[in-house]
Amino acid sequence: MSEPLRGIVLAHADLAAALVGAARSIAGDDTGLTPLSNAGCDRAAIAARLEAAIGAGPALIFTDLAGGSCTTVAATVARNRPELRVVAGANLAMLLEFAFHRAEPLDAVAERVAAAGRAAVREVGR
Amino acid sequence: MSVALYRIDDRLIHGQVVVGWGQALGAGFLVLADDGVRGSDWEQELYRMGVPSDMEVRFASVAEAVAAVPAWESDPRTGIVLTGSIEAMAALCAGAPTVRKVNVGGIHFRAGRTERLRYVFLAADEAAALRKLASAGVVVTAQDLPTAAPVPLEGFT
Repeated sequence: MSEPLRGIVLAHADLAAALVGAARSIAGDDTGLTPLSNAGCDRAAIAARLEAAIGAGPALIFTDLAGGSCTTVAATVARNRPELRVVAGANLAMLLEFAFHRAEPLDAVAERVAAAGRAAVREVGR
Repeated sequence: MSVALYRIDDRLIHGQVVVGWGQALGAGFLVLADDGVRGSDWEQELYRMGVPSDMEVRFASVAEAVAAVPAWESDPRTGIVLTGSIEAMAALCAGAPTVRKVNVGGIHFRAGRTERLRYVFLAADEAAALRKLASAGVVVTAQDLPTAAPVPLEGFT
């Protein structure tokens, strides 16, 4: 059986560390998630941080803002690399979905977490 | 209206530019003057992703940007023109003398650069290039976001 997927959360300032910390507080320490920040980095430095975290892959990369520097760099790094997928708009629901299903194939997990993230955004209390 | 912001930002089109400056200025168009992105349809599509539909995005080479500045300056909408490097902005200013103000918005760490501001790292030759721009009459300030105070060139070179 192959290794569970690795997840990398790449986001602005301290957001990734906070999101991964929150995911661990709910799902336990074995979430498979690594937080990365773009702080102080140009695009090349963000890419270098990301490559170091990816290792041999396969990996699912979560980014915060579609169109932000984290997302454009992640998409560039993942281009033409089937062992990598990128999902923008990271939220806690998405990361928890990943933590509990990361033994599944990469493409299935990417679809699953994107759906979970979308479903978690809703107006409540009305 | 005209071009409200000529900005150097090595992250190119990203959140600070589109959301931070774009919203504050009410920008109707955004130009990325970058020879590399100009030649890559795939990268252009990527950078379009973060721009709201009511803001037009254009991609130009630096040479194309030089030629187009007069048209952008007379556009009835407010515009932002972005380069990814000091070198590209210096070339733009040299070819388009109506560019009188340059914003240093983000030049991040790289080997050989030292920290001047939290978001500005410069090598000695890069600082000299900015001073040269200023000596030619261009007002150069650093400011990452519109809510921050602009820092005069002497404050970071």
